[in-house]
Amino acid sequence: MRANLARLLRHRGLVQALVVRDLKARYRGSVLGFFWSFANPLLLLLVYTFVFSVVLDGFRPVDIEPYALFLFCGLLPWTWFSSGLTEAGNSLVVNGNLIKKVLFPAEVLPVVAVVANMVHFLLALPILVAALILLAPAAPRLSELAWFPVVVAVQLLLTLGLGLFLAALTVHFRDIKDLLANVLTLWFFATPIIYPMSAVAGRGPDIAGLGPLGKILMDLNPFAHLAISYQEILFYDGPFGHWKWLLVLAAGGAVLFAAGFAFFDRLRDSFAEEV
Amino acid sequence: MSDAVISLRDVSKLYRRYAYQRRFSTLKSALLKGSLASDLRPHEVIRAVDSVSLAVPGGACVGLIGRNGSGKSTLLKLVTGITRPTSGTVDVRGRVAALIELGAGFHPEISGRENIFVNGVMLGRGRREIAKQFDEIVEFAELEDFIDAPVKTYSTGMYMRLGFSVAVHVDPDVLVVDEVLAVGDEAFGQKCRDKFSEFKRRGRTILLATHGLSMVERFCDEAIWIDAGRVRAEGDPRRVVHAYTTDVARREEEDIAMKDRRALAAVADLAAVPAAGGGAPRRADGGAPGDGAPPGAAAASADGAASGNGTAPNDEAAAGDGRAPKDEAAAGDGAAPGGGAIGEAAPGGEAPPGEESSPGAGAAGDGADPGGDGEAPVPQNMFQATEGRWGAGPVRIERVTIERGGNAAHVFQTGDRLAVRLGFHTPEPVRDFVFGIGIFSADGTCCYGTNTDVEGFEPVELSGSGEVVFAIDSLDLVEGTYKLDVAAHTRRGVQYDYHRLLYTFRVKSHTKDAGIYRPRHQWTFSPNARFGPPPEPLGGGS
Repeated sequence: MRANLARLLRHRGLVQALVVRDLKARYRGSVLGFFWSFANPLLLLLVYTFVFSVVLDGFRPVDIEPYALFLFCGLLPWTWFSSGLTEAGNSLVVNGNLIKKVLFPAEVLPVVAVVANMVHFLLALPILVAALILLAPAAPRLSELAWFPVVVAVQLLLTLGLGLFLAALTVHFRDIKDLLANVLTLWFFATPIIYPMSAVAGRGPDIAGLGPLGKILMDLNPFAHLAISYQEILFYDGPFGHWKWLLVLAAGGAVLFAAGFAFFDRLRDSFAEEV
Repeated sequence: MSDAVISLRDVSKLYRRYAYQRRFSTLKSALLKGSLASDLRPHEVIRAVDSVSLAVPGGACVGLIGRNGSGKSTLLKLVTGITRPTSGTVDVRGRVAALIELGAGFHPEISGRENIFVNGVMLGRGRREIAKQFDEIVEFAELEDFIDAPVKTYSTGMYMRLGFSVAVHVDPDVLVVDEVLAVGDEAFGQKCRDKFSEFKRRGRTILLATHGLSMVERFCDEAIWIDAGRVRAEGDPRRVVHAYTTDVARREEEDIAMKDRRALAAVADLAAVPAAGGGAPRRADGGAPGDGAPPGAAAASADGAASGNGTAPNDEAAAGDGRAPKDEAAAGDGAAPGGGAIGEAAPGGEAPPGEESSPGAGAAGDGADPGGDGEAPVPQNMFQATEGRWGAGPVRIERVTIERGGNAAHVFQTGDRLAVRLGFHTPEPVRDFVFGIGIFSADGTCCYGTNTDVEGFEPVELSGSGEVVFAIDSLDLVEGTYKLDVAAHTRRGVQYDYHRLLYTFRVKSHTKDAGIYRPRHQWTFSPNARFGPPPEPLGGGS
């Protein structure tokens, strides 16, 4: 683990160069260019606001106001998580020529995929902050906001760990890509992003009649804790009460990262042949 | 060797090939059937590199040669660390730059400038170092005007040049190069070679896999010949290259011999057909006009009948008539030895058999149709015809061998002695016979054609079995692959047995001169036109 981290740190220049390259390449050729990083979440926010305040006015949970903002607090990190995993999973296959033809530290590729998506998430934050100031009933407190970097760090660790697993596996089983897309859709709906946790925990409308079982499933869902953390810190008023879960998740994330890296290392020699 | 910069000890690399189904196997099915473990087990193991031990001293330039698929690239990948050996140890000291695929890390959407930085970082340099060398890199790649355009707009050559330039400016201790010297134009190629020379001067180690044997001889201190994953020979480049080229020539011999056998076998089946309708040309001879075109190659003979029908006044016309097919065949008529045969035939007033006479001459006969109605473009067909065999007998050419020094051979050096030995057989004695030979280059150009008739041999009688040998003292052709036509026919050009492009030989030359024919020549210079010492013949190590 230590050695792996050290190696990753040694390649930070490379990670940085590749992340910057990815970000530059993403909007190259578009008129608005980098502005899309801000425009995308803004437009998304507008669409959700429109849909849930005009089209589906009666369908949203009544006790959450403004709903679009609540949704946004969970949706942005989820986008990072799901795109990060998808791209990390494919990263070795897509960059096959780097692995086959150049002496290249393979672990850099999934890391770059996850980090590039994190940067996108971070670039969308100003829009979220502006919306919170304008629309939220109460601005988040500073003591709560101090937890924000921790949540981001935990999510990074978790996503990296899973990404390394998926990247190594996808080299051998290309099915992972399709499987993952569907698993992520299911996962999205199994996570309190479009509905509040209270709906599952029995404190609000019961979801699918799951009752206590729903609560247990939620507790086992790592992203549920991340989503709740984001929502508590950014959206809900009142102190950040989910920190214990977050610390447990941090420990789990560290283990997952170490395991993912070890797994990746184990299969490393096969990459140049199988990609 | 203790001062070895690259050392391989007993290195093997196995590649696994999986069972056919494995390609379609999925994670799901693997999990369902519980066959994950067995699916991951290889079906077949290929030894790409087989117990190779090498020691390359610092500052040496080593050339790896060998056929395609012999394991050169795998060996380079092992040295660079892209793949790891299945067994054995690879030890390389210093920073390695691999020129295995140029521009492998380029991103098409971003500019050349940005790619230089990213690629440089990939190759292990800091941004500041790259910035310092940036102008040099761009200048070397000759891309000053395009450096801010996205790489996707680059041509292949530009892409390669940039890749090469970035890689060599990393200033590696060990440079591993895989057949990338064919980058860009001649001037750029020269620049690359100069760059390598500079590396050598500065005591860097170069490992170079290439098919450019002269490059290895000129440039490398040592050559290693890899064959089927093993080291076949190593040491002095000239000696190793010579051993390798000898082996290549041997394989080429076998390859050509096999192909010729196959071609001959294919037409042997065809030959049966005109033999059955063998009467066709003879009937034509008798004036029976254009009876149904015999199948296959024999069609040519049928045309003979057609033009025969057109009869008499075609003697002169034969020579330069514009109606001759416009391909090489037409040009052929000047050189066509068979033209003579026709010339003789026509005054005879008899149906001129026209078309095919001696090899390489057929076209001339075509002109012999001033009537204009013999539209069947048969001679043209004949010359477009690739391999084929036709003729009505009774004389058959049963064996054809191309020889050097009495042994069958297919690969020659320019200037070698070459003999074509024809074994004939005729069941009944024949008094009218001509043997002809035509040499064609790979693109179908007739390089030379002749026959016994144009060279003034008066036929008296041919009977039983025997041999005809056509010997060339000095094969003054430039490098290339050539095919032979051989034929036995009457003096008027009626074919007994015509073998079209069925025999192949290859001419090799160290001089990359151009054209078809190499006249014996010398250069002399006045004292003020000074050259270095004359080049000694290459590859003559042993």
